[in-house]
Amino acid sequence: MHMKAKVSIGWDGASLKDMLARSEQLFADTGHYYGLRELTMKERTPLLFERLYLKLRGALVSAREIARNISASPIVKELGELCFTVFTPEGDSVALSTGIIVHVHTMSDVVKYMIKGDFEDNPGFKPGDIFCNNDVLAGNVHNCDIHTIIPFFREGELVSWIAGVTHVPDVGARTPGSSPVGPMSTYDQGLTIPPQKIGENDEVFRSFKDTYKRTSRTPLLLELDEKTRLAGCIMIRDAIGHLIEEEGIAAYKQFMREAIENGRRSFICRVKRMLVPGRYRVPSFCDVPWKDEKGHLPQAARNSLVNSPLEVTVNVDGTLRTTLDGASAWGYHSMNCSPSALQGGMWVMMTQSLADAESINDGCYFALDQHFPLGSWSNPGNPEAGTAHAWHFLWSGLNGLFRFLSHGYYARGFLEEIVAGYGTTTNILYGSGLNMFGEPFSATNMEMTGAGLGARGCWDGLDHAYAMWNPESDIGDIETSWELWEPMLYLGRTVKPNTGGAGKFRGGNGMESVRLVWKSQNAVFQHVGHGMVFVNCGLFGAYPSNTGYRRSVHNTNAFALIKERKPLPSSDRDPEDSEIERLIAGDHVVDDKALTLPEPYEDGDIYVSVIQGGPGLGDPIERSPRLVEKDLNDGQVLPRFVEPVYGVVARQDAKGKWQVDEQATRQRREQIRRDRRTRAIPVRQWLAQERERVVSGRFPEWVVRMYRESIALSTDWGRDFKSFWNIPAEGSVYDRPVARSGKS
Amino acid sequence: MSEPTKEVLRRMIEGRSSWDELLGVMRAEKEPDRFRKYLEVLQERVQWHERILLPLAEHLYIVQKADGGRIVKCDCGHEFCDYRDNWKLDALINVRNTDAAINEIYPRPMGCNSEWMELREYLCPGCQTQLDVEAVPPGYPVVFNFLPDLEAFYRHWLGEALEPEVRASRAGGL
Repeated sequence: MHMKAKVSIGWDGASLKDMLARSEQLFADTGHYYGLRELTMKERTPLLFERLYLKLRGALVSAREIARNISASPIVKELGELCFTVFTPEGDSVALSTGIIVHVHTMSDVVKYMIKGDFEDNPGFKPGDIFCNNDVLAGNVHNCDIHTIIPFFREGELVSWIAGVTHVPDVGARTPGSSPVGPMSTYDQGLTIPPQKIGENDEVFRSFKDTYKRTSRTPLLLELDEKTRLAGCIMIRDAIGHLIEEEGIAAYKQFMREAIENGRRSFICRVKRMLVPGRYRVPSFCDVPWKDEKGHLPQAARNSLVNSPLEVTVNVDGTLRTTLDGASAWGYHSMNCSPSALQGGMWVMMTQSLADAESINDGCYFALDQHFPLGSWSNPGNPEAGTAHAWHFLWSGLNGLFRFLSHGYYARGFLEEIVAGYGTTTNILYGSGLNMFGEPFSATNMEMTGAGLGARGCWDGLDHAYAMWNPESDIGDIETSWELWEPMLYLGRTVKPNTGGAGKFRGGNGMESVRLVWKSQNAVFQHVGHGMVFVNCGLFGAYPSNTGYRRSVHNTNAFALIKERKPLPSSDRDPEDSEIERLIAGDHVVDDKALTLPEPYEDGDIYVSVIQGGPGLGDPIERSPRLVEKDLNDGQVLPRFVEPVYGVVARQDAKGKWQVDEQATRQRREQIRRDRRTRAIPVRQWLAQERERVVSGRFPEWVVRMYRESIALSTDWGRDFKSFWNIPAEGSVYDRPVARSGKS
Repeated sequence: MSEPTKEVLRRMIEGRSSWDELLGVMRAEKEPDRFRKYLEVLQERVQWHERILLPLAEHLYIVQKADGGRIVKCDCGHEFCDYRDNWKLDALINVRNTDAAINEIYPRPMGCNSEWMELREYLCPGCQTQLDVEAVPPGYPVVFNFLPDLEAFYRHWLGEALEPEVRASRAGGL
């Protein structure tokens, strides 16, 4: 049998697999990327180094800005939910465009998956090949982020990988939307494309082209997104070709390696300049309120309280270690995460704060050590675990990262960089059915990106303008984005007062939208948010931002009101004194179950979407009365909370303008301090009182189960928990086995 | 954009900065001597004489005592404990664990459900300033927010030696 000689495509005759192994060994041996103790290009020819970096990054950003116009999806076109990256042949990212920078490392994982999985032999890598992936187990956040990856060759060698990712609107899951909530496992969460070759000679195989038609409610949008990604990658490939012609292949190769080691050193330098070595504990929590949920099987129809006990250690050498030791178990839903997703979440936040976003690359990854307990929501170790909406636990679980950074910044004096945290991008409106054109629709309303950012060190938070996973967020236009896709009209889109956490500096407020269902058929909509627990925490004595809630009205008299030209509500504003309740007759649903399965809606029904605010900073009774006065006049705070929470006394004049009474305010604040002294007790006394309840486990079932899971999965966390409350090491109520469904 | 002077830092600490001034500080390089300037401003503002080693949180400092101890101290003068213990255990607490108590702060239903979570307000025994608020499930151990490695910070990052310390501590919980 004639055997074709194997041609190596790595550098200097090596295979990619050998190159990857060598790179990993060099780092393990030296602590420097690729063993680079010196950055000779950067040090001796700094202008060449900077020129290469700027040209490469310029090409990436340009490709993104151009390619996004191919997409027909507002998620990509308007919100900019895409990103392009260049990698070394081993799969380490060198530079990224702007956009969804969570993917600094996810596509790196995919390239390494292919290399370690011997794709180099079968199917092989050739110029013009196109690879695709959305599989979380290979490397991704969730399955609606689809990757296109192409190799760049020069003179027979694979010099770089180029990749692009877009966030698509629907993945054909059991429930609609880009990040479906409702699937219980990977088997009903829709489209899964493990890393595979989908084209040659810059053209996607005809055999792949029907994939999206069979697996998504919005196939055309996915097809155009694929063209978006491929076009962007090809533009970047061409740009790298020009760059190599101008500067030389040797310079480009050297630059790639030095850029990553430079990224690692830059990150460490930033850590040492801005933080303090030590241990930071910043836990967060999340809720899944599905007890007795009729739409679920027993293993999913339970309440779950999810523990995210994030701890960050800043080492003396400037590296970081993060751990989620104590994290709750994975569950039968779509909100579990992979380590790849968590690493991505880490970077999307670091690039907004500590890391220098312009030079972000995998160098930072090499300065970070991370631990995710096996069997937890952060590292299920079970391919069945659903991950389609990994963000639900990601954005709540990582909220503590901003608090950790803020503690460090406060200690060093970088008050301008402090951010107390953020509101999660909820409520998310998902839906499906037939729209006003009689065509199938799948709604993922991205105005959730108008969440509040937490209070700054010396300023209020940013109102209704922040999304943790895409800092260039855009809530999209009502008329040209959402009303064209969803059979729902907007009755109003307003600031939501009291969503920002109260503090000396308040958290940024969120917003709310009131929708009227119209010209729909068989429509279902759902709420995706956090209603039972705060998912962030105030800093230095402030309060967290609001929890979400559900307000819907069915069988309304809305059309009669329209016919009679009577007023319609434009906001919910104060849910205890709601304009919707006053003006609309019908079946009102108001509760704190902010995470639902899809429910039927008819024309005339009303759906309210409340977008979360950010947490506050500092004791609320230290807030400047002038700022409270401005909040009152701007409608940013409900008047009845101003005196009890902020200790501010204010009155309206004849024209309705609020004015603070400064003397009365001083007296009220003194009274509040006296009341605090009367009401509060010493912590140790409270602990002694509380201990009996903890030891006996007299909490709701889901609270006890949370502790059982954390203790079962993480020995250290369990030991510390028991030590704190002086609970025996064995035989306690928390040591009973945890059932995987129903009650524990 | 420019690196902040001590006067600018003072305005930032007191919450009196204009937005333009703050934006300028954000855009400037993070200068190596920020910590020194910052400590000088803070030291000038407190009424007591112990040396501030590290600002821990708003109102709270790690200070060097004359007896060699390194403790957490409020700017009102109240002294908590050794910085390696959790100062919260020596604070006062008010726990909001009913819907009614939570609704004093949030409109219903924009606060947490009291079956799932409670708010713990930690107050300074000296001045009743609300120093920290935890949002945690019932039964969650008191969170030890930040344990700095003071020796490493000063010796390896700042290149300074601290005065010898004498530790007096007790169990600090988690």
